[in-house]
Amino acid sequence: MQTPVSHKILNQQFWLTTDRTMFWEEEKALIVSDLHFGKTGHFRKSGIAIPATVCKEDLQRLVVQIQYFQPRELIIVGDMFHSHANKELELFLKWRSDLSDIKIKLVRGNHDILEEGWYKNAGIQLSPQTLSMHQFHFVHDISDHLGRKEKTERNKEVSYCFSGHIHPGIRIQGSGKQSLCFPCFYFGKKYAVLPAFSRFTGVAMIYPEAEEEVFVIVNQELIQLQ
Amino acid sequence: MLLKESKGYKVILSWFHSKGIHPFDFQEETWMHIIFMRSGLVNAPTGCGKTFSVFLGALIDFINENPENYKSKSRNHLRLLWITPLRALAKDVGRAMREVIEDLGMQWQVGIRNGDTEMNERQKQKRQMPEVLIITPESLHLLLAQKNYPEVFKYLRILAVDEWHELLGSKRGVQVELAISRIVHLVDITPTTDDFTENRQLSLWGISATIGNLEQAQEVLVSPILDKIKDPPVIVKAKLDKRIEIESVFPDEIEKYPWAGHLGIKLVHKVIPIIENSRTTLIFINTRGMSERWYQEILNVAPELAGAVALHHGSIDMELRLWVEESLHSGKLKAVVCTSSLDLGVDFRPVETVIQVGSPKGVARFLQRAGRSGHQPGELSKIYFLPTHSLELVEAAALKSAMKDNFIESREPMLLCFDVLIQYLGTLAIGEGFFPDIIFKEISSTYCFREIKKEEWQEILHFITEGGEALQQYDEYKKVETINGLYKITGRRIAMRHRIHIGTIVSDAMMKVKFLSGGYVGVIEEYFISRLNPGDTFTLAGRNLEFLMIKEMTAIVKKSNAKKSIVPSWTGGRMPLSSNLGYMLRKKFNEVHHLLGNRKVENADIELLKLKPLFELQESLSHVPRENELLIEQIETSDGFHLFVYPFEGRLVHEAMAALLAFRISRILPISFSFAMNDYGFELLSDQPIPLDDSNVYEIFSDEGLTADIQRSINSAEMARRKFRDVAVIGGLIFQGYPGEYKKTKHLQSSAGLLFNVFSEYDPGNLLLRQAYHEVMEQEMEEARLRNMLERISKSKIILSFPEKLTPFCFPIKVDSMREDLSSEKLEDRVKKMQQQLVRDTDKKRIK
Repeated sequence: MQTPVSHKILNQQFWLTTDRTMFWEEEKALIVSDLHFGKTGHFRKSGIAIPATVCKEDLQRLVVQIQYFQPRELIIVGDMFHSHANKELELFLKWRSDLSDIKIKLVRGNHDILEEGWYKNAGIQLSPQTLSMHQFHFVHDISDHLGRKEKTERNKEVSYCFSGHIHPGIRIQGSGKQSLCFPCFYFGKKYAVLPAFSRFTGVAMIYPEAEEEVFVIVNQELIQLQ
Repeated sequence: MLLKESKGYKVILSWFHSKGIHPFDFQEETWMHIIFMRSGLVNAPTGCGKTFSVFLGALIDFINENPENYKSKSRNHLRLLWITPLRALAKDVGRAMREVIEDLGMQWQVGIRNGDTEMNERQKQKRQMPEVLIITPESLHLLLAQKNYPEVFKYLRILAVDEWHELLGSKRGVQVELAISRIVHLVDITPTTDDFTENRQLSLWGISATIGNLEQAQEVLVSPILDKIKDPPVIVKAKLDKRIEIESVFPDEIEKYPWAGHLGIKLVHKVIPIIENSRTTLIFINTRGMSERWYQEILNVAPELAGAVALHHGSIDMELRLWVEESLHSGKLKAVVCTSSLDLGVDFRPVETVIQVGSPKGVARFLQRAGRSGHQPGELSKIYFLPTHSLELVEAAALKSAMKDNFIESREPMLLCFDVLIQYLGTLAIGEGFFPDIIFKEISSTYCFREIKKEEWQEILHFITEGGEALQQYDEYKKVETINGLYKITGRRIAMRHRIHIGTIVSDAMMKVKFLSGGYVGVIEEYFISRLNPGDTFTLAGRNLEFLMIKEMTAIVKKSNAKKSIVPSWTGGRMPLSSNLGYMLRKKFNEVHHLLGNRKVENADIELLKLKPLFELQESLSHVPRENELLIEQIETSDGFHLFVYPFEGRLVHEAMAALLAFRISRILPISFSFAMNDYGFELLSDQPIPLDDSNVYEIFSDEGLTADIQRSINSAEMARRKFRDVAVIGGLIFQGYPGEYKKTKHLQSSAGLLFNVFSEYDPGNLLLRQAYHEVMEQEMEEARLRNMLERISKSKIILSFPEKLTPFCFPIKVDSMREDLSSEKLEDRVKKMQQQLVRDTDKKRIK
């Protein structure tokens, strides 16, 4: 694993990794987005033979991250589970019981359609829309959040928002019309969009403005693009 | 029994005489083979009674079997299965068959079964099969997915495959091969009547236009039945000479700097008199986008033709297309602008003239289109060739020579299509279920799978039952189950999804276009719509439409009076130049040298004479390559360093060649390139000088280590990723949703690109993934052709030239590469500027 890359927001220290996670040093919190657990199982149950190892390796990668940062809690900005319960979620529950002392906070995403009792059972603290800690807010889909904010308040508090949902990616153009596309972290002025954690996810292109910051995940390297 | 003494022959012959005509030799020959229960191939062009060769053979056979009561005998089970690639053909063929049956006063029924067949008609067929069933390959597979399907084929006598040359070389052809391998084992071969002491035997008949590999086409078709027949399969050739005359439409002035796309439509005024002087004209355009523009332009120039000109392409509403076909048939239309959508089948007698706009890409395709006119045997077929850029005129000359030498392309059959096999096994599993040992023997008898290894078969069975790599106790993979050795799909939803899948024609995601007020316009690629904003206008089916919104996978539009509109560009349909035509083109350049040397050339092609100024400029700036030469031009411009290579092998081979070359050069020195290509050559563009000179050029073009180098350069070129989409859809990995039910399956959707990544990383040995790579090698890269080319190059002289500026040969490639970045108007301006600049420079030089 490449050494995490430092990124400061509102005087707090964050570390970005090539494994699509972000560590919040002051709060000892590991922040991830769009895990889509159970997605391979959901496909396989319907006769579409996605290699099941994807799911297992996603869990293993998360363990490696937890062992490295030793976080107190895991903050997931939505789409932790892909669909209805299936046997792969049993594998998750086993994983969860092996790591039972870590707190898990989930902001509900559009894919998180399990019953509330299920999350409770799995020791997951569920926030329906927004989770707030200090000056930071955690939401799933930033466009919903911005819409809500416009309606209710026009406060001038200094705050910053972390989101997921989009699976951001960026196309890098080389000379002579070459172009390649990679997942990325996006940091705007007021909010960030995190890359999807699961390897069984695609990307949606984003087109950042000049003053916004983007970290591209190119295989085992994080490159700050702007 | 002799044909001519048989009752059946006598009945049919008197039917012919009642119509005042006489059977052709090839028809009688086919009938004779049919009454001897032989199998084979009929080689005949469209419109000279090929349908009657096999169909009347089936009638003769039946009459001979029931000489006393052939008229009254009904409910005879399915006797003739007629596979056709096009739905539109089914109607036409069915109509012709019914007419004969009626004339003879027989009780036979002719049924049609395809995507358009209504439910109650299908139910009727289920209760009682007609004697003749006309079916598409997809619908035939759907039939095999039904319970009790073996009953249907028990009394089948003849299985005919129409337009076999079209199916051969496609995955639909593989579907046909697989269906045949099943059906030949379902036919009850015990004799039924005492008159026929011989065992019954199913006859397989293919009907094919002329292709370069007729023998192979026959071998592919009859392969599953070879061990069952006693007489060797035959080929019956219709010796009907068709005279074809080609005439080029010349622009008034030959551009020395040609570029693709805009010359064609400028010549529209030359087309109007051709249309006026002939009864009906077909105008073949290579892309749907250009056909829309041509249609508009013809009406602009000749508004009096409104109502007498129609447009026909694959994205136009079915009903409208049927209307156009019907009107063509009855001679109501003066001209139809069409794409390859009118290449096949249906007989349009009133067509007198054909115009081909742009390169037809191949000899066979050109002949087929030419044959659209003057449909009666012995009549002259007249075809005009209208170039889209001046250099294309050489193709007209090359086509004439190819026609004279009868130098027609082959259709290569596809091998080991595991995606189609996986789909087929699913099909059998939802119907009756299957026993692997039996099916393995059957599929191994097909040409496509005759080389399949036992391990590959095991892997496929493992894939459909276990889903490949699994997580033991946490896995719930469910598709095909084994019940006492029988492989079966029991899940109702899985079966339903599979049925929807069988008909999937692999293409880009298409969206329906409908009027707000109701009424269907056609279909259009989703990516095109996704770029439009509400209020934008575009052209489809010859109408200007204003885009309003997207609602449930349908684009809602209203009519627009806007003058300007965007013409959609459809992806696909970009056929590469065939190797036969490429070969002829290279040969033509030899003749160009005779002309340039001011030697007297007898019977010189008028096209080459007209192009002489262009060739003179090319020769003075660089060189015109002879047949045994490969020309490479290196030019420096403000864009960077260009390398142009001209193998004349078609764009696919050029794309592969460009990737290969880039890979080999980057081994000398780290350097990155962008590519551009057309059918004549390709360009590598870099921001630094390209290290290619006479010290290393032969090495870089050598065929040594080709396979390994290709594999390495493929990865970077990402061709396999593109190919994987087809394979994944056919193999059942991508589910496109139930019609009209998009939301429920949202959690099952994923893109082919994502699947490709996941498989590459987690299951790199996966069979479907391997197939995608294999297909890239075979089709996209045309590896065999690439190898032949390199071999040819190793024997030829490589000419390295360093022109000071762009040459007539490289100009069209250069323009094509700019096209991607710029909107068409901007492109036009830029190209004009470039042309003027280049010509001015040349003139200046002359003055000096």
